[in-house]
Amino acid sequence: MSESVTAADIGADIIVEAEHLTRQLVGEVTATLVSDASIAIRRGEFVAITGASGSGKSSLLYLLGLLDRPTSGTVRLHGQDTATLEDDERAALRLTELGYVFQFHFLLPEFTAAENVMLPMQRLGRLPEDEIETRAIGLLASFGLADQARKLPRQLSGGQSQRVAIARALANDPLLILADEPTGNLDSVSSANVQTILKDLAHAYGRAVAVVTHDRDFAAAADRTIVMQDGRIIRDE
Amino acid sequence: MLGLAPTIAFKHLLARPRQSIVSLSGIVLGVAFFLAVASLMQGSEADFIRRLVDNSPHITVSDEFRNPRLQPAEQLYPNGVVEIRSVKPVTETRGIRQYPRIMQALGTLPHLRASPVLAGQAIVTFAGKDVAISLNAMIPSEVADVTTIRNYMIAGSLDELIANPDGIVVGDGLVKKLSLSLGENVTLTSPTGEVRTFKILGIFHTGRATYDDTQAFADLKRVQALLKRPNRANTIIVKLDDPHSAQLVAAEIERRFGYKSVSWQEASEDIMSTLATRNIIMYTVVSAVLIVAAFGIYNVISTVVLEKQRDIAILKSIGFRARDIRRVFLIQGLLLGIAGSAAGLPLGAALMWGLMQVRLKFPGSSDPVPLPIDWNWRQFVIAAAFAIAAAVFAGLLPARKGARVQPVDILRGAQ
Repeated sequence: MSESVTAADIGADIIVEAEHLTRQLVGEVTATLVSDASIAIRRGEFVAITGASGSGKSSLLYLLGLLDRPTSGTVRLHGQDTATLEDDERAALRLTELGYVFQFHFLLPEFTAAENVMLPMQRLGRLPEDEIETRAIGLLASFGLADQARKLPRQLSGGQSQRVAIARALANDPLLILADEPTGNLDSVSSANVQTILKDLAHAYGRAVAVVTHDRDFAAAADRTIVMQDGRIIRDE
Repeated sequence: MLGLAPTIAFKHLLARPRQSIVSLSGIVLGVAFFLAVASLMQGSEADFIRRLVDNSPHITVSDEFRNPRLQPAEQLYPNGVVEIRSVKPVTETRGIRQYPRIMQALGTLPHLRASPVLAGQAIVTFAGKDVAISLNAMIPSEVADVTTIRNYMIAGSLDELIANPDGIVVGDGLVKKLSLSLGENVTLTSPTGEVRTFKILGIFHTGRATYDDTQAFADLKRVQALLKRPNRANTIIVKLDDPHSAQLVAAEIERRFGYKSVSWQEASEDIMSTLATRNIIMYTVVSAVLIVAAFGIYNVISTVVLEKQRDIAILKSIGFRARDIRRVFLIQGLLLGIAGSAAGLPLGAALMWGLMQVRLKFPGSSDPVPLPIDWNWRQFVIAAAFAIAAAVFAGLLPARKGARVQPVDILRGAQ
């Protein structure tokens, strides 16, 4: 992970900003997933997005993470308007500026823990192969997984897999970490562990972290909690 | 270290060994059969052409003209409209006029050997039996230069014709038919009624039954006397160091001397076009085998794409572009094609070797002959290239489908 940030850095700049985001799925019946949502997440902020199932939390996260395009509204990543970007440009931003953690950790089953973490760095191609491997092992070690680096995902526990997924999300040192129910599948100990890690990423390492969660304790630990209902942000505090 | 896309592709294939091996087997068998059949067909074609080139004159100059000779009035008014009626050519003895002069001129050309021939018919009479034969009258010392008959001698010698102008060399088919043997005298009767006695100085066996039954070689001057055509030859046969230049050389000879000069390619035009058609049919059929095998690859890559939707989604979410995903699946096709070729070529070579051990007796041939196989490296390259191209092509559609996966659709579905 990159060096720690000072207190002055935290909250100094907006990493991602969405204005009047609406996402509709057009079919026989048009479904509105996100409706007129505006949100800004700053450097060093740990934000929880909560709400009932189907309230649009994950859809908002995908829009912020450039995995989906809004029907209307804008998403600016570090000041850059992403609306006009081509798919390849959005992929490049996801590679360098964003890190994802999902509920089901989504590790590639044929790759070892270290290889999974190496993937984004290999795709970016900025570092030589031996440095990539060293950095991947280092990231895993920082999450207490040094001795699990050569294991395949099926040989890891749920908590370990999720930490590998977090290590992978951090591989290219992104500005924004987006996590979708990262503790949804974990026991309480692992869940607390992941929560601590994500919080540290925001507070100690200056990342902007947005986490979709049902977990009240998790939400309570966040700097800000955004509550959604029927696709709308009903509370941001 | 492999690139990232090949590494992912390789791991995907290794993750499902059974399906990969089944689809690989299709390509292996396809390549092997493609190679074996193509090499057999090409081998038979090459063998046929080699026999054609070896056993026939490369150029045959005959005592005919491709177009009627121009009449003096036409020569005088080349741009005029001349009508000449009731032209009756002067009756003359057939044959190439002043053939020694043409021979002399041909003798000055490099990389070329020519010899005059008087070909005619005669009846061989022995022990009360009469058999019609085709008599090839040649200068004995030149026979070996322009024909391959020396290679087929089984008794006696062609060279004895030089020492004994009353000799004749015949095929073993005729020998059997008339119960002849080396050194015996036979009587030849020409269509004009002339009768001469010839001594059998040599016997050949080419394996082509009609040739061995009916062809004979004798001294030119003796046959000229027999056929009452003194100082005549009706054919000049030419052999070239480079048989493939025959068309050009034939055209030049015809331009210089006027007599119809036919290259072996022209003489075999119909057969050559038949061979070309046969090749098209053959490549179509053997390609079908590989195309069927390619469906196996399509199937396995499609399955991988379906099974790996979640992996594709995750790869895209961490910044892989659509073309990176497409490359992964195209490389899977490529890997299967390369592996299939790598295993299929040795298997094909083994099949080719096996086919070479088969000996068949073809109609018109008196000896069993091995199946001709073309071991040219081009056959191997064509088989491998076609297999790899088919495999990559088979991966194209699934790869495009994989590249179009929208990660958000998969991620929503996973919840």
